[in-house]
Amino acid sequence: MKFLKPLLDKCVMCGACMSACSKAWAKKDDPEMSRISVKNVTGLPDIRVCDQCGGCIAVCPTMALQRDKNGVVQIDRQKCTSCLICVGFCPSASMFFHADTDSPFKCVACGICVKACPEGALSVVEQKKEG
Amino acid sequence: MEQMKLLAEWKYTPAKVHRGYARQYLSVDLGKKDGVFTCETHPVSDEMIEKFTGGRGFGLRILWDKVTPSSKWNDAENAIIISGGPVCGITQYPGTGKTYSVFLSPLTDQTYNSNAGGYFGPFLKASGFDAFSVSGKAERDVVIYIDGDEGAVRVYEWAPENRNSYFVTEALHDHFSENEDDKRNISVVSSGEAAEHSWWGAMNFSFYDPRRRVARLKQAGRGGGGTVLRDKKIIALVVKKRDFSGKENDPADLASLQKIGAKLHLEIRQNDDTQSLMRKVGTAHLNLVMNDYDLLPVNNFKFGRSEDIHNIDPDAYEKLFTQGYADGCWYGCSMACAKAVDGYEIATGPDKGKKVTVDGPEYETAASLGSNVGIFDPLWTIETNYYADHYALDTISLGTGLAFVCECYELGLINKEHTNGLELKFGAKDDLLELIHRMMDGKDEFAAAVGKGIRKMKEIFSEKYGADRSVMERIGMEGQGLEVSQYRCQESVAQWGGYFLTLKGPQHDEAWVIFMDMVNKQLPTFEDKAEALFYFPNFRLWFSLAGICKLPWNDVEPSDNRIRYRGIEAAKVPEHVQNYLDIYTAVTGKPLSKEEMILQSERVYNYERVFNLRMGKGTREWHNIPDRALGPVFPDEWNVRADYFDGRLREAGIAPEGLPVEEKIVKLLEYRRKEWEKLVDAVYKRRGWNANGVPTLETLKRLGIDFPEVVEVVKPHQ
Repeated sequence: MKFLKPLLDKCVMCGACMSACSKAWAKKDDPEMSRISVKNVTGLPDIRVCDQCGGCIAVCPTMALQRDKNGVVQIDRQKCTSCLICVGFCPSASMFFHADTDSPFKCVACGICVKACPEGALSVVEQKKEG
Repeated sequence: MEQMKLLAEWKYTPAKVHRGYARQYLSVDLGKKDGVFTCETHPVSDEMIEKFTGGRGFGLRILWDKVTPSSKWNDAENAIIISGGPVCGITQYPGTGKTYSVFLSPLTDQTYNSNAGGYFGPFLKASGFDAFSVSGKAERDVVIYIDGDEGAVRVYEWAPENRNSYFVTEALHDHFSENEDDKRNISVVSSGEAAEHSWWGAMNFSFYDPRRRVARLKQAGRGGGGTVLRDKKIIALVVKKRDFSGKENDPADLASLQKIGAKLHLEIRQNDDTQSLMRKVGTAHLNLVMNDYDLLPVNNFKFGRSEDIHNIDPDAYEKLFTQGYADGCWYGCSMACAKAVDGYEIATGPDKGKKVTVDGPEYETAASLGSNVGIFDPLWTIETNYYADHYALDTISLGTGLAFVCECYELGLINKEHTNGLELKFGAKDDLLELIHRMMDGKDEFAAAVGKGIRKMKEIFSEKYGADRSVMERIGMEGQGLEVSQYRCQESVAQWGGYFLTLKGPQHDEAWVIFMDMVNKQLPTFEDKAEALFYFPNFRLWFSLAGICKLPWNDVEPSDNRIRYRGIEAAKVPEHVQNYLDIYTAVTGKPLSKEEMILQSERVYNYERVFNLRMGKGTREWHNIPDRALGPVFPDEWNVRADYFDGRLREAGIAPEGLPVEEKIVKLLEYRRKEWEKLVDAVYKRRGWNANGVPTLETLKRLGIDFPEVVEVVKPHQ
């Protein structure tokens, strides 16, 4: 399973990841449209990004959330009805929404932010299935 | 599948929904068994929106023009009007797919409104209609199909081999879909064969469950809407709308809807496991709580608890319901209370041996087709729940009605000769189930009599079987002709009104004030009780105008609700009330205060009251309450809580010492009858009605519903 792994101690909260992500996926430089969220909470980074746990899959009423062949949870926008249950039920608060987009959005471990991060705080890693 | 024959077709241009309204409604008339079908679209005016808001308000307004004061439920002009409301069909907030059906009821001979989940209401609106009225009577069985993508309304003749609901619903989801994925774009309203004979006929609203790959049923069960549907020879109403995105309402402020909805989703995730267990057990979690407070109806409401409760408690049902599925009856409902039993093997009747998915049981069914007939076996309840839905019998009226039959049988008012061989004692699983099967085709005279409801049963049992009418009047749990739903209200004076001072009869959707009255003692005076019986019925009526489910209002609460607010204010769940005001504004673009919200409801509440007056009801004499709802009727009921009832006598200023139990019962009931009359006076006054229960002209003027036709109805009663 592929997922984005952040290293908190390397993050300097510069926002380069959010900028790169939103530009790539929403065609707009806007942290509110980014699939990764980095906030400064009392001087420390609070990083919210999907770890592909799949907790959202079962709560979706239309089965719009499914894993792809890499184990990454993908949203089928044809099936999604923008109900946002997945947002409220995401254990890591890393399913996002914005009124300008039809569906919620999340990290799909594409790696664009990894290249943009000046500190090497992000990496896409592969976790093998056990057994 | 049997061939469907196209009888009529009309094309229309689907109106684009803007800020919650399509601003037109559809009216189909099936003629007078003469094959003359008509289809019209009518505009929804600004005034209609202002005065009636939507949903049930629109239904009542449309029905008023369809019928006359002499119309009966089985007259061709009676209409079923299905409408969601302005909020209906958003997906971002839990519980926003509700639809209300308004019609003249066979049980009560006045207006009824019954709500259901499922996808019909949202798809109807997205197809360009705020409401759908169907009137007239076809000569042969028909299906009315609305294709919201194509802009077409069609009437088909269809004579299926099986007219029961699961069969009809599955067949129509198959017929009108192109493939498996397409099935979710369809919603069917159907009834069943029992509804062709019984007045308890339910309407089943479907939605397609993609995980189970079956069509699920949600009931507008109460009041006999299914009976009206079949009387019109309608097998089903079907709507299809593809590619639902969640933005069909074209809301004024989507960002606010998203924010408020996501917050409640999170609240449900965090609090449900410790508050209500709705996601695991649905409303059946209530069984144990009701038992703990002597509110669970046992043996026709005689008793309030049982030693066998653990057979039907939340743990028992949690094991039977499939866990972990997205069990909302509309997109976005994270409360997910539409639980189901999967792979259940039917044990009796025509479907014996078939493995099925059974919707529910919900609390009302778990109690009505359970404790109230003296049965504490969830598998029996699941079996009867399946057949009640399939044959289309309202499980609440069915259970309360069967409980009445059992008590009549045990009292010797009816016997095996009358029941055609059935021994209908409390707990008689096999014979009660057999009676339900006999109710399906209506050929058995006794079963047909039972299916007419308690009010009619009292008449038939006394006239045909010589049963003592006065005893039946005391124990028959009905008001205005409608069977009581599944809460014992004896010990809460306010809940007497919550049930029996209602518009349509004793149904729990107006007010459930037992805890604040009986347990928390927050309504000490009649004025306090009247205030609660003003606020809650009006507040809850608002859900029926907007197209919202009651459950996410107070079956989950913010964690700090009872810290921030006390007493009755906490019971109102102010943060959630604010959510409703905010989502209404976010959809319609119109600001709404909590006072204006009550005003919107009050208009429709009083309009409905006047409507019932117009139909020859709607005065004080129709607000009847049976003795069993006020207190114990027989010594065994008294003796099971003798000390408690002695205490109530003392509170009433009557010394119980030395009195035989029979006399204690008489005295307590005499006292409580007087209390009832005081309650009625206080409630009527608070509602702005005269002592006869008729809205005053001042009230109608204040509400802005003093239309000439309304004034004309109330004037002789001022």
